[in-house]
Amino acid sequence: MRRGAPGNPKDALFERTTAVFAFGVLFLAVLLFALLVRESLPSIRKFGAAFLVTGTWDPVAESFGALPFLYGTVVSSFIALLIAVPLAVGSAIFINEFAPEWLKAPVGFLAELLAAVPSVIYGLWGIFVLVPVLRDYLMKPVADHLGWIPFFRGPVYGPSMLAAGMLLSIMIIPFILSVSREVLATVPRIQKEAVLSLGGTHWEMIRIVIGQHCIPGIFGATVLGLGRALGETMAVTMVIGNRPDILLSIFQPGHSMAGAIANEFTEATGELYLSALVEIGLVLFLLTFVVNLAAKGILKTMVSRASRGI
Amino acid sequence: MHAIAFRRRAADRATKVLFALCAFAVVLPLFLILFDLLWKGARELKWTLVTDLPHPVGEPGGGIANGILGTLTIAGLAMAGGIPLGVMSGIYLAEYGRGKFASAVRFSVDMLAGVPSIILGIFGYVLWVLPMKRFSAWAAASALAMIFIPTVVRTTEEMLKTVPVSVREGALALGIERWKTTLFITVRTASAGILTGILLAMARIIGETAPLLFTALGNQFWQTGLDQPIAAIPLQVFNYAISPYDDWHDKAWAGALVLIGMVLVISTAARYIARVKK
Amino acid sequence: MDNALQVKDLCAWFGEHQVLKNITMDIRRNSVTSVMGPSGCGKSTFIRCLNRMHDLTPGFRVSGEVFFDGRNIYTDRIDPVLLRRKVGMVFQQPNPFPRMSVFENVAVGLKFNGKKRSRSEMADVVEKSLRMAALWDELSDHLDRPGTSLSGGQQQRLCIARALAVEPEILLMDEPCSALDPTSSARIEDLIEDLSDKYTIVVVTHNMQQAGRISDSVAFFLLGELIEMDTAAKIFTNPADKRTEEYITGRFG
Repeated sequence: MRRGAPGNPKDALFERTTAVFAFGVLFLAVLLFALLVRESLPSIRKFGAAFLVTGTWDPVAESFGALPFLYGTVVSSFIALLIAVPLAVGSAIFINEFAPEWLKAPVGFLAELLAAVPSVIYGLWGIFVLVPVLRDYLMKPVADHLGWIPFFRGPVYGPSMLAAGMLLSIMIIPFILSVSREVLATVPRIQKEAVLSLGGTHWEMIRIVIGQHCIPGIFGATVLGLGRALGETMAVTMVIGNRPDILLSIFQPGHSMAGAIANEFTEATGELYLSALVEIGLVLFLLTFVVNLAAKGILKTMVSRASRGI
Repeated sequence: MHAIAFRRRAADRATKVLFALCAFAVVLPLFLILFDLLWKGARELKWTLVTDLPHPVGEPGGGIANGILGTLTIAGLAMAGGIPLGVMSGIYLAEYGRGKFASAVRFSVDMLAGVPSIILGIFGYVLWVLPMKRFSAWAAASALAMIFIPTVVRTTEEMLKTVPVSVREGALALGIERWKTTLFITVRTASAGILTGILLAMARIIGETAPLLFTALGNQFWQTGLDQPIAAIPLQVFNYAISPYDDWHDKAWAGALVLIGMVLVISTAARYIARVKK
Repeated sequence: MDNALQVKDLCAWFGEHQVLKNITMDIRRNSVTSVMGPSGCGKSTFIRCLNRMHDLTPGFRVSGEVFFDGRNIYTDRIDPVLLRRKVGMVFQQPNPFPRMSVFENVAVGLKFNGKKRSRSEMADVVEKSLRMAALWDELSDHLDRPGTSLSGGQQQRLCIARALAVEPEILLMDEPCSALDPTSSARIEDLIEDLSDKYTIVVVTHNMQQAGRISDSVAFFLLGELIEMDTAAKIFTNPADKRTEEYITGRFG
């Protein structure tokens, strides 16, 4: 390849300059991971793998086990998914398949707006609106009548795993919704029309064609939603009750990994305490990283299958 | 029309209603929240809200003026570093981004984009608060920058990739050097989209609370320096919300209204630019 | 009359695939040369070799020589950037720069070629270029309009004005009328005739009637080879090679 003479050094310089900035971003990512590991080391060395399965969190005795937080994060996220996925997918089907044209853009805009609301505002609304309503109209009645079921046992204070799960579901719906809409849009028209022309109803067409086509993509959207739910901090910590106990009842308070860090970081006395909190952060980091990677992988496979006409 | 059995038609209609209900359920919380924000926040919405410092407990009145300034300060700092890093990296990936190094950069951008924001607060804490032995705007800004940068890198790369090859070819055929073509023609063509990406990222970091909890910490008074704890609206909203005082709860709603107002104004400006400057 | 360009044994490869085979031709100064042939014959590839546009194509290789101003452009001592200011190019799809006005589009080559010019100097060049491209009368009051808001034919003339503004000696045109309607095409053809007094023009075209109308010389390419090159009159009435005859009588391509 013949190259020219002057002018070229400047091109190379520009390319190299932009590359330096790109390296800066790479460096920051590596630095983040390195710092997390470094600060976690004292705690990792002291507690080892037991950290993840020990249920006691005792700053005074300097005995730290992250299980309550892990439990709370995972359970509240799953409750959120349980609520969010059907609603988001149902809405996506409605917007794409049933809604009149003029309705599509405004509804899409509203979903985007949901995603733009800061977490602390969700938390604020959660504390003063969602929790009291849930407590008085759902949890107390259910606990009174069905409290013998371990999941619904009282006493009901308000802040609870259920409240956190519901609030989280509102927050992750926009993401699952937008990905689901994209997934639904990849279904080839011909297949849809084939079912309809054979006399199928709209619902049957959706069930057959979309059910066949979109399951992987919707699964990917779900995993993506999970990734977001796991990392959510403010809204969760404002309504979950912040009690580091592992309780079966979703009407009872709980805690979360992000919440533990948020609440105790500034009060952490002693190197081990801080290190334990950072280790929770490291676990949360790795957990969300793996989940997001999985979501991307699933969605990428789905995209490549769609482009090949499967 | 008895060709289709009654059951099937009923199922069709029932599911249609069901899906519509889903959409309704999704949109409903937004209206509830906005309504509450306006209803409860408007009560405390006086000029003093944006001009006064917070008053101590029990003393009525006061505002979040230092929080507004603080939010703008740390967002500004985060953007001062984040815009060059983000845009230049986006340019690198779009124009020269083939090969292992570029893949590694893209991977780290994707990774950073998915990190929970509280962990970025830990980053700011370890990097600044520990060595400086105090909370500061610098710590807060560096945490926010880590949220800002991946978004801007992605949108910049995306926007540059939409510039057609014909534009670059046209410039090169005129005898314009490659780096000038990239900087003054390609980037200029995509500039509206890049700016939109920057503004949307700004709207996002303004609303973040978790990374500020132990970097900015919060401040009752005005800033005395960037190396001091600094107030920010989301922090104030959070602290007012979890306090036991009713009048502080009202202030939380008012602060939340100001916050969402800022977020919406910036987001709307971003979309306006995207649409108009075509 | 001397030659603006001399091509000697030019060969080109995309990876392993050879796309140009031993092209040798002379292009006379201030003439209009048409390069024609069926799709895939290498005419676009050839014309892009004349201003080293393929420098940016990965996997592209060239051998042979192209002499411009007495020097082979494919040597290390030639700066392709400077070359392209002398050998301008207009593309098949008009490509005015988006988000730039008419004025800015025409002036952009001047702005970025390193020499500092005052606003009034640039305005003079812009007017001169637009006049040469037969756009001044239509657009003198609309210089602030976005370049992309013009009609297809106007956009192409804008691209020509833009190319002329950097004062090239040679103008390469890669199927400049393919994307235009007949009226706009005709105007471009008139323009080419007018410009040929001052510029050497090489036009790639698949429209034989057009080639006949505007050219002094016609070069016929087939499968990467130069089959025949002669005056327009000769090629279209009495071609020497049988393949040329088959092409112009429509037996293929």
